[in-house]
Amino acid sequence: MTLNAFLFQVLNGLSSASGLFLIAAGLSLIFGVTRIVNLAHGSLYMLGTYIAYTFATKIGGVTGFWGGIVATALIVGALGAAIEFVLLRRIYRAPELFQLLATFALVLVINDFALWLWGPTDLLGPRAPGFRGAVEILGRRLPSYDLFLIVIGPLVLLALHLTLTRTRFGRLIRAATQDREMVGALGVNQAVLFTSVFALGAALAGLGGALQIAREPANLATDLIALGDAFVVVVVGGMGSIPGAYLAAVIIAEVKALCVGIGTVDFGFVTINFSKFTLVAEFLVMAIVLIARPYGLLGKAQGAVRSIAEPEEPLRPATPLLKAFGVAVLAVLVCLPLLAQSSPYVLVLGIDVLIAVIFATSLHFIMGPGGMHSFGHAAYFGLGAYGAALLVKWLAWPMGAALVAAPVLAVAGALLFGWFAVRLSGVYLAMLTLAFAQIVWAAVFQWEGFTGGSNGVIGVWPPPPFDKSWVYFLLTLALAVAAVLLLRRFLFAPFGYAMRAGRDSPLRAEAIGIDVKRVHWLGFAIAGLVCGVAGGLFAFAKGSISPETIHINRSIDGLVMVLLGGVQTLTGPIAGASVFALLQDTVMRQTEYWRALMGAIILLLVLTFPQGIVGAFASLWRRMGGRT
Amino acid sequence: MSVLELRALSKSFGGVHAVRDVSFAIGKGEFLAMIGPNGAGKSTCFNMINGQLKPDSGEILCDGRNIAGLAPRDIWRLGVGRTFQVAATFGSMTVIENVQMALISHGREIYRLWRPAASHHRARALELLAHVGMEAAADRPSRELAYGDVKRVELAIALANDPKLLLMDEPTAGMGTSERHGLIELVKRLVVERGISVLFTEHSMDVVFAFADRIIVLARGQLIADGDAATIRDNPQVREVYFGTGKTFAGASA
Repeated sequence: MTLNAFLFQVLNGLSSASGLFLIAAGLSLIFGVTRIVNLAHGSLYMLGTYIAYTFATKIGGVTGFWGGIVATALIVGALGAAIEFVLLRRIYRAPELFQLLATFALVLVINDFALWLWGPTDLLGPRAPGFRGAVEILGRRLPSYDLFLIVIGPLVLLALHLTLTRTRFGRLIRAATQDREMVGALGVNQAVLFTSVFALGAALAGLGGALQIAREPANLATDLIALGDAFVVVVVGGMGSIPGAYLAAVIIAEVKALCVGIGTVDFGFVTINFSKFTLVAEFLVMAIVLIARPYGLLGKAQGAVRSIAEPEEPLRPATPLLKAFGVAVLAVLVCLPLLAQSSPYVLVLGIDVLIAVIFATSLHFIMGPGGMHSFGHAAYFGLGAYGAALLVKWLAWPMGAALVAAPVLAVAGALLFGWFAVRLSGVYLAMLTLAFAQIVWAAVFQWEGFTGGSNGVIGVWPPPPFDKSWVYFLLTLALAVAAVLLLRRFLFAPFGYAMRAGRDSPLRAEAIGIDVKRVHWLGFAIAGLVCGVAGGLFAFAKGSISPETIHINRSIDGLVMVLLGGVQTLTGPIAGASVFALLQDTVMRQTEYWRALMGAIILLLVLTFPQGIVGAFASLWRRMGGRT
Repeated sequence: MSVLELRALSKSFGGVHAVRDVSFAIGKGEFLAMIGPNGAGKSTCFNMINGQLKPDSGEILCDGRNIAGLAPRDIWRLGVGRTFQVAATFGSMTVIENVQMALISHGREIYRLWRPAASHHRARALELLAHVGMEAAADRPSRELAYGDVKRVELAIALANDPKLLLMDEPTAGMGTSERHGLIELVKRLVVERGISVLFTEHSMDVVFAFADRIIVLARGQLIADGDAATIRDNPQVREVYFGTGKTFAGASA
């Protein structure tokens, strides 16, 4: 690459940085003041692209385009205010896990809304009036609109900076970012402040989206992509820091632009196409920054999060009633192949449910007793599933060996990622686990030669006798029962107690000689191991595996399963996974708008049912017991 | 011979000398109070001894070994127990499980995956709870306890590894007068019975002057007095830091 080509790539990077900055700045502002990580921020950005497209094509001309961009920012801002007013206001005091889930539900709902209103095809907007041409720079032609974008980023940064430092509104935002309670105690109307900050953040996201329509088409996948980018930028820059967001946006955009610019490089022994590693590169930057500076480049350590989670009951061994119930369920499951002779689909469903049970129980192991809210459990599922499938594809391993190798690969990944993850907590741990899962996903997606890329791996069928669904069902059942009982045993053993001790009071745990990080790290590894079993089983059950099955959606599914059942109970994840998998395979198959349906279920769960199914039953049981 | 000895310990934060050149020693079975006005450096001193903070210079000798800069859990393994200013127990466990957890850790059994934790050291845990008068509440969730009882449970936890030294950061903060005396009497009895040394910080002077064997006084990061209750009471420098000049110290002994 010549120097000129290099500098040209740098300019390209700067123009993408502006878009990244607009969305990340909004996310960062909202987090700083409300302490809510708005997962729906990418969706607001996506809405921005669609709304601006509509203005630019329906009205057209200079008014339609430039006026439309301003109108879009205002509309998305108003929508943000509405979201804050209707939904978030109810969950400010809920545990952060619930806030993350509620905003993810919005992602699903908004995505289906856009699908319904604008349809599934990509929509390319017109070129910007006044910026149609290109300028010659360094011997290449750079679209003049890109130059405009390069300028707009620093302009917005300056405007935000002046707002934050010179106005009363800005002073309130900074005060609230430092100490929300104190601002409330000083008599500031927090409700108005929160709503307006949310509106401002949403408007920035809408503006960012609207500005993109002259470069890229409006697309239904941009919500999660934009969200992922914004996360990386905010976490790298430091949550709540606006200059940090711009710095990070520039770094990330430059790293990506340079990856594209470098292209294919022959190292002699291996040829690497760097343009295929943009996603991996971005998340690697984030992981490195989080390890070196856990609160981002310009961020500061947060004060303790004052959430008021329900206090948890001590663990009690299973009652005779529960044991009898467990045995009865197991008996029914063992007999299921006999009962289901007429409809083989029941067994397929049964396998799905059992795999979901293993997945959810392993997630619960670190999430409940460990207090580590992993947003990337799909990584270990993926390592298991892809590990098994690739061993069959490339080395023709038999199923038994592949199923043993699956958890081994998963635990290796969990040991590596977990070592970093246990050094953080709360939102930062959630972000880092998410980043690691995205690295796994991106590696699988972009490394076509080895993993089959978006096509995945096919032809991973189990050999006889396991090709009969009832035999495979029984194998899955045996492994699921073993996994559930083993994890339960671990939780009652000293190790499980040490894990809970580290969650309940890390200070006290360290003061009685417990190495909390190491205990949590090993807990993370155990969860990864068991999750790998689920992944291996999944690959052989479906006969194939694709990147889609290990995407962020699977991580979120796991969280929903655990919360649906009840995070504070040991049987909760089993019930939650069963109900969820059944719903997914039956109800959600019936409608094109399953995402919206799923989002509605999550919202219902978060707002009305925070203890989950088993938790609600348990407290009902206690209340009835108290009365009689 | 002393159980713990501080030699020329110093720590500063930015330009503030929180602790400057502090040296003192605790003898075996001694009940030593550390007092001083707010900002005197008591907590900083404490947190260096228990491993939360690393000193800038100086030594902390525990049985002749320098423990400065070790992690809290390693210091605990050397036989230094502690209680917190705001009592910390494991809220999702019962009272006895809290004590069992400490016993399990003391026995280096935390990585065991099989036998239930509830079957480990139950008898010994009950015994410890009996010492602090909490055996009747053994199977109650610890988060349901009244604050004074939580402090007692914390004491039982701190005794689990047969400590030779107990660090208590404001052990009676947030307690009423009678509760306060009850707890300190209990600690004092344990000191005498078991020969444990105790270093505690305290703001209630009634407790300090009634129970401490010896008192050390910190002011602006420096040790300004060291002696028994009468000596400290009559020390003009101590009077000055607490009351300014020209006031009597009569009220404090009431």
